[in-house]
Amino acid sequence: MNKKRRLTDSLVNIWMRGGLYILLSIPVFIGIGLYWKAAPLLNEHSLTELIFSSKWFPMRGEFGFLPFIFSSVYVTLLAFILSAPLCLFAAIYLTQFGKMRLLNFMLPVIDILAGIPSVVYGVWGILVIVPLVSDKIAPFFGTISSGYSLLAGGIVLAVMCIPYMLNMLIEVFNTIPVGMKEASLSLGATHWEMVKHVIIRKGFPGIISAFGLGIAKAFGETIAVLMVVGNTLNITLSPFKAGYPLPALIANNYGEMMSIPDYDSALMFAALLLFVVILIINLFFRYFIHKTEKI
Amino acid sequence: MKQMTFTYQPTLSAESVTMQNEIAMAEEIKDTSIISIKNLNVKTRDGAILKNINLEIPKNKIVVLLGPSGCGKTTLLKSLNRLTDLHKELKVSGQIIIDGQDIMKAGQNLSAMRQRMGLLSQRPFPLPASIYKNVAYGLKLKGIRSKKLIAHSVETNLKRVGLWNEVKDRLKSPATSLSIGQQQRLCLARGLAVKPTIILADEPTSALDPISTKIIENLFKELKQHYTIIMVTHVLRQALRLADHVVFMYYGEIIEQGHPDEILKNPKTTILKKYLIDGN
Ligand SMILES: Nc1ncnc2c1ncn2[C@@H]1O[C@H](COP(=O)(O)OP(=O)(O)OP(=O)(O)O)[C@@H](O)[C@H]1O
Ligand SMILES: [Mg+2]
Repeated sequence: MNKKRRLTDSLVNIWMRGGLYILLSIPVFIGIGLYWKAAPLLNEHSLTELIFSSKWFPMRGEFGFLPFIFSSVYVTLLAFILSAPLCLFAAIYLTQFGKMRLLNFMLPVIDILAGIPSVVYGVWGILVIVPLVSDKIAPFFGTISSGYSLLAGGIVLAVMCIPYMLNMLIEVFNTIPVGMKEASLSLGATHWEMVKHVIIRKGFPGIISAFGLGIAKAFGETIAVLMVVGNTLNITLSPFKAGYPLPALIANNYGEMMSIPDYDSALMFAALLLFVVILIINLFFRYFIHKTEKI
Repeated sequence: MKQMTFTYQPTLSAESVTMQNEIAMAEEIKDTSIISIKNLNVKTRDGAILKNINLEIPKNKIVVLLGPSGCGKTTLLKSLNRLTDLHKELKVSGQIIIDGQDIMKAGQNLSAMRQRMGLLSQRPFPLPASIYKNVAYGLKLKGIRSKKLIAHSVETNLKRVGLWNEVKDRLKSPATSLSIGQQQRLCLARGLAVKPTIILADEPTSALDPISTKIIENLFKELKQHYTIIMVTHVLRQALRLADHVVFMYYGEIIEQGHPDEILKNPKTTILKKYLIDGN
């Protein structure tokens, strides 16, 4: 009996460990695969040239990824600026100030919003946001825009990120023990002071990680952005101009124009870049959480 | 050895109050109650937690709440502080008059009112900050800016609860790094630092060793001269040692109350008799 139990125990152990290693090896294999495919490009061009050159002429064998990287970062930051404060305040309001009924009503709504496929957000962007930018927002700022712009991409991305981040933030704030809030209030804090000193303080690692995951999601989001961002090479600070983020480059061109030498590798390099950036974002925020969690 | 004297607390030196004064004071406040609770009901959707509670809390006494687990002691303490506001599922009705003011109607000055009552919760919840900042927190909320004053108060109050020697070299480390018993004393020090007039203590010694328990009990006896203490305990002998007035609760109702000698030695109701027998 005892022997059997010990055998089961070690079998389960091996099984679980095996599963873990398989899981861990997936990103490694993806990374290796992408690198292997991008290698021809990397052999001919230096990494700095690929990343910092803005000359994108695949026919001539010039692959400068800067416009794509720039667009990706621009759209992501825009989406983050538009959505993060909104999510933070909404989550605080829903969990700390609002009626319980409101929260109970909002939770399934948020879940539904999070579950809508990104193509639908893209269509909505074309129907609503693109005209809004071209007819209202751009004229308001005294410029003209087709509407297919970095701003439209940023707004659509922001809307997509909201349910995602809001969900995580509500989760974070709801796990803060009531006793801690009671302690702060009973020592004379007002409701808002309690939120500042306890909810935000204690929830800080969680807030950071929700933001980080939101950014990573926004950076990699493809279809919805591709549909509204214009897909034109541009390095411009104006949000009303079109852009061309990395995921859109891959999605638009993969499988086509394979006659151009190295084009295949260039797209693989773009994928590798995305992969590495998202990995770095995730690792950075994990590290940050670890740093701040100790208090 | 732990710190057992409290002479560095200027407002509280026991020696300054003579025996005679104490007796005179006791006579004077005999009938004055600081808190009166009238028809207090606390309900959830599933039923009542507190049923029609009527209770007078005498000033500068220790009132002990007794009763089996789940009878509503903690809920009663939290209603006094209106911390029940935080639990949206609770419906509170009735009157709680503290120092002539109905706290159910306290709007703007709710936080000032709460500051007059130090709450020591059943489980310690240090704030997410250092040991030092935990004690300084209430003072800063009061608007005290002087670093010297704050430092002095932190030291005095940590000494009063017998924690100073254990933490004086690591005041900057997170309060959560303390043991539960240490956290419990830290929370008491933190509450005392804001100089409340009423102390609500929910099983304040449940995680403490005998020595620390003794320190806290002695502290409470001292504090009684200037503070009103409402305390929950499951330790009958502690109730006998400390209480001036005992309130026995059962399923959300007050069954019996009175002087500890009466209540604990000659219980009238069978419920209390059974509770006391099972407790001993
Ligand atoms: N927020 C709440 N929502 C629903 N029910 C609650 C809530 N708070 C307390 N209760 C219920 O009210 C009753 C009294 O709880 P309370 O914590 O006041 O008991 P207690 O006398 O302090 O018990 P103990 O001695 O175990 O601490 C319990 O049955 C509890 O389940
Ligand atoms: Mg309790």
